[in-house]
Parts: sequence; structure tokens; C-alpha cells
Amino acid sequence: MIPKRDKQAIGQRMLTAFRAAGAVEVAPDILLPADTLLDLYGEDIRARAYLTDDPLRGEVALRPDFTVPVVQMHMKGGAEPARYCYLGEVFRKQDPGETRPEHPRDNEYLQAGFELFSRDADADAEVFALFHNLLAPYGTQAVIGDMSLLMEAVRALPLPAPRRDALLHHIWRPRRFAALLARFSAPAIARHFAPTDAPFTGLRSEAEMQARLDRLASDADAAPLPGEWADRLTRLFAIRAAAPDAIADLRGLAAEMPAIGPAVDRLSARIAAIAARGIDPRALIFEASHGRHTMEYYDGFTFSFLARDHADWPPIASGGRYDAMTAMLGAGRAIPAIGGIIRPGLIAELESA
Amino acid sequence: MMLKLAVPSKGRLMEQTFDWFADRGVRLSRSGSDREYAGRVEGADNLTLVLLSAGEIPRELGAGRIDLGVTGTDLVREKLAGWRSIVTEIAPMGFGHADLILAVPAGWRDCEGLDDFAAIARDFRAAHGFRLRIATKYHRLVRAWLSAHEVADYQLVDSQGATEGTVANLTAEAIADITSSGETLRANHLKVLSGAPILQSQATLFASCTAPQAEVAAFIAQLGL
Repeated sequence: MIPKRDKQAIGQRMLTAFRAAGAVEVAPDILLPADTLLDLYGEDIRARAYLTDDPLRGEVALRPDFTVPVVQMHMKGGAEPARYCYLGEVFRKQDPGETRPEHPRDNEYLQAGFELFSRDADADAEVFALFHNLLAPYGTQAVIGDMSLLMEAVRALPLPAPRRDALLHHIWRPRRFAALLARFSAPAIARHFAPTDAPFTGLRSEAEMQARLDRLASDADAAPLPGEWADRLTRLFAIRAAAPDAIADLRGLAAEMPAIGPAVDRLSARIAAIAARGIDPRALIFEASHGRHTMEYYDGFTFSFLARDHADWPPIASGGRYDAMTAMLGAGRAIPAIGGIIRPGLIAELESA
Repeated sequence: MMLKLAVPSKGRLMEQTFDWFADRGVRLSRSGSDREYAGRVEGADNLTLVLLSAGEIPRELGAGRIDLGVTGTDLVREKLAGWRSIVTEIAPMGFGHADLILAVPAGWRDCEGLDDFAAIARDFRAAHGFRLRIATKYHRLVRAWLSAHEVADYQLVDSQGATEGTVANLTAEAIADITSSGETLRANHLKVLSGAPILQSQATLFASCTAPQAEVAAFIAQLGL
């Protein structure tokens, strides 16, 4: 059992490095309004965060992560570019489902984090290199991904807009996505709904239902997606290789799907910018589907640092780009943003081993 | 060591439980008046009987304050996180059948299965600016089931009773509740989604994992299970 103060001390070391990289330390509240989190994460947050009630404020949550309050704070009037850092506890519930785990995960643990709000094209490389250098002594494996590449590939499919939007919406839900892709690749089946004389109840209006029925009726005329497209997507999603090899694979795919060309160029430039900061790109694993397993709000570059000898551990550090979230929380304003967190508790375990 | 058995304290569930044990040679009854929640056992030497609300039996099993309990599988799965590590299912008892189902307004003729529901939830969120609400008291079961089926654009609202009325009252768009005959659903102009229910529940005899194993095994053998 590693004492908390040792973990705190490691967190302070991370914080010092983040400050040296130009960040201002911030200290978001532990008790956060639940509505923003619920809106952003959906019902899942109730399974993962501790929610409680305040007689005046309504439903509140024990901070499940720092990104949301830091973004809210910045969008309320931070100057740009801005670098923030923080150190503190986050609280995560674990519902074991049917069987209790032998080794339950920590329900509260420290996060040391860094967030960068900037329009600078070099921001991804700056944040990644900062984390990479801090974690270099621990021999972690860096895995990177890029959600925008996957989204560009889906947007490039020759599909009617409603079908394309449905796929984009479900990109984080692998089985629903795969089922939709299979359905769109087969001849459309017209659906017939039995009439009913049941009265219409509830908030969803008949006009809303009619709009969906119309959409389904026109969907019945959609031509099936030619088989090569699902095949290309499947090949893209499966790419996992050393970054330079992955780029070569992606260039090959871009010859078949020119629409992903610009996204591949951006990825290639990002990896070159990372290499320019003295990091060997061959040591990075590019995993195309990386961002599909992480936070839903990441919509661009993503990264994780994994402990090599602890396959069952969560990442030691993780992060990504979340431009769309700043727009959602920005009340009309938006700014490109990228950030990440390190778990000092896991570093303490590695140091004590 | 004495084994402590808890059975539902009233209604048909209690009577059917008494009948089930009587068929297996153990006569259970209420002692004294039917307002008293103590019980009497004939035909088993080392067994004491307590009468409890069916909803409290999972918690008492989990705490190890009772060794054996009769309650619905729905209640055990909802109320005991990691239930397989806490209790053992000894025997489904063949009564108290009820399905935990997801129901939507019967007027939604475009909603047949869960895929339709997921698509409607997505549209609803875009049109109304908040997630489609499902009224239920089975929060953990419903959330886990929808998560397993990758339905995302919804929220649960708590409803501890008269759940079928929430849609007409505009406090929910759908409900997840236990139903046996479906009559209350029809009366409230709701219909069940096609496909397998969230859970098929029935009255079940459970043993706490902390109960004395030899005594439990002997009692199970006596019941002929």
C-alpha cells in the first residue's frame, strides 16, 4: 500500500513540469453541477460517477474528471492561447454487474493534467511530447490514434445523408456501427408498419413520427453501399502498427479513398512534428480505432501511455483533442483544445516495484 | 446451526411459497394472527422462518442476516451489485413470473424493436434538446441492458410506482417495468418492444454465500432438489 502523500509528491513533480511548460495551475471544484456532465456523457455517467443531491443546487457530482470544469472555466473568459494544469482527486464508481471483481479498482485517485487551448497547428505535438518526456523514465508504450481520420472516412462513403449521419453518430458504439454498415451494404428492405388506432401519448409528437416514417420510406430507395466500401472501412479500423508503417498503410488506403488524403497528411505532419521534438516515431504505435475505446468527446488526435508489464492496468496517462466539446460548452464560442492526464498513483506503483 | 429462512410476508407470493415448501414436505405458516410477521416451521428441525417484504430479502441475504430467502430474480439482480458473488440461486420456484420490459406509447407505430427505439431516441434528443426519458425503478438493470445493446441517447427518471402513467403525464417518453399480463400497459396505451425482455423473473430460492454450507446442503437434499 503506497501512502497517499507519496502519490501526492509524484503529482507535484508532474505539476512542476507542467508549470515549466507554461501552464497556470487551476483548482476546479470537487462538487460539480451534474446537468452538464449528464448532458455530455448521458446515462452512463450515473454508473460511473457519484451523484448526490444538494437542497439548493439540485443534483451534483463528485468530480469524475477535470476536463469539463477546466473547459467551462476557460470558455467563460480565458485569454488565448492558454495552458492550464491541475492536480487533484477524481472519483469513479464501479458497478461490477453480476460478479464482484477480485481486485476492485480505486474509487478515488489522483490526476495530474495539462490542457492547451490554442489554434497553433503544433499543439498536438507540444502536448504529446510533454507527456512523452515526463513518462520516458518508466518505459511506457505510447499508443496514438486520430478520430478525425475515421470520421473523414465515414463522411466519404457514397451514402444518402441520413445514413451517413447515423454511422457518424454511432462511431463510438462498435456493434451498432457494424450492424448499420452491414444493413447499408445490403439491398434496402422497405418496412411496413401496421396502422394502429391507439391514441398518441407523450411528448414525442405525431409530426416527429411522420418525419421518421418519411425518412424510412425514402431510405427504402437507397442503393446498397458497394461492398468495397465496408471492406475499406474495416481495413482502416483494423490498422495497428508502428507509426511510419501505419502511415504507409494509410497512404495505400487513401489511393482508394481520396477523401481521407488530407487527414492522412495531417497525421503525417503531426508525427513529423513529434519526431522533430526528438521522439522516435517507430516507437509509437498508431492504432486507428484507439479513440473509439476512449472518451466520446475526443474528436481528433488521441494518445495513451500503457505500462508494459501490466496489461490489466488502465493507461498511466491518456489524452486527446476535444474541439467539439469547447463548442458545446462555449455558448456560441469554440476554440481548438487538447489535453491529457497522468495518474500519479500508477507511477508510484511503478517506482516502488 | 439453525438456518434462517425469509419468505415474502404477504399476498399470493407468500401463499405460493408456503405451497411450494409444503409440496416438498416442509410446512411453513404464520404464527399467531395474520398481522404478526413471525413464522412457524413443521417438518424441518433446524429451520427458523421470518416473514419479510420481498424487496428487503435481497439486502438481508447480502448482509448475511438470513441464510435462505425467497424473492424475485429481478430484485436480487437490481439490488445486489455483483450478485453472483453474494448469493447462490438454489431453485427457480415456477411462480411469480414477470418480465422486465421496455414499453413505448402504442401510437408509435414506427417503433417495433430496440433498433427503432435507439433511432427514435437520437431523433428525440435532436428535436427536444434533452435525452429521451425512461421511467423506471430498475435503474441498474435497465442501464446495464441498454449499455450492452449500445443505446446511448436516453436518460432514466426514477419512478417508484404508477410508472405506466408517466408517459401520459409527460414526465417520461417510455417506461421500463415489470409486467405479467400486460393489462396495465394496454390500459395506459403502451406497448412492449419486440424481442427478448430485459429480464425474465420468477420467485427463486436463494442462499447467502455466508450461510453455513453443510446445513444448506442438507436442507436442499431434504427438499429433494
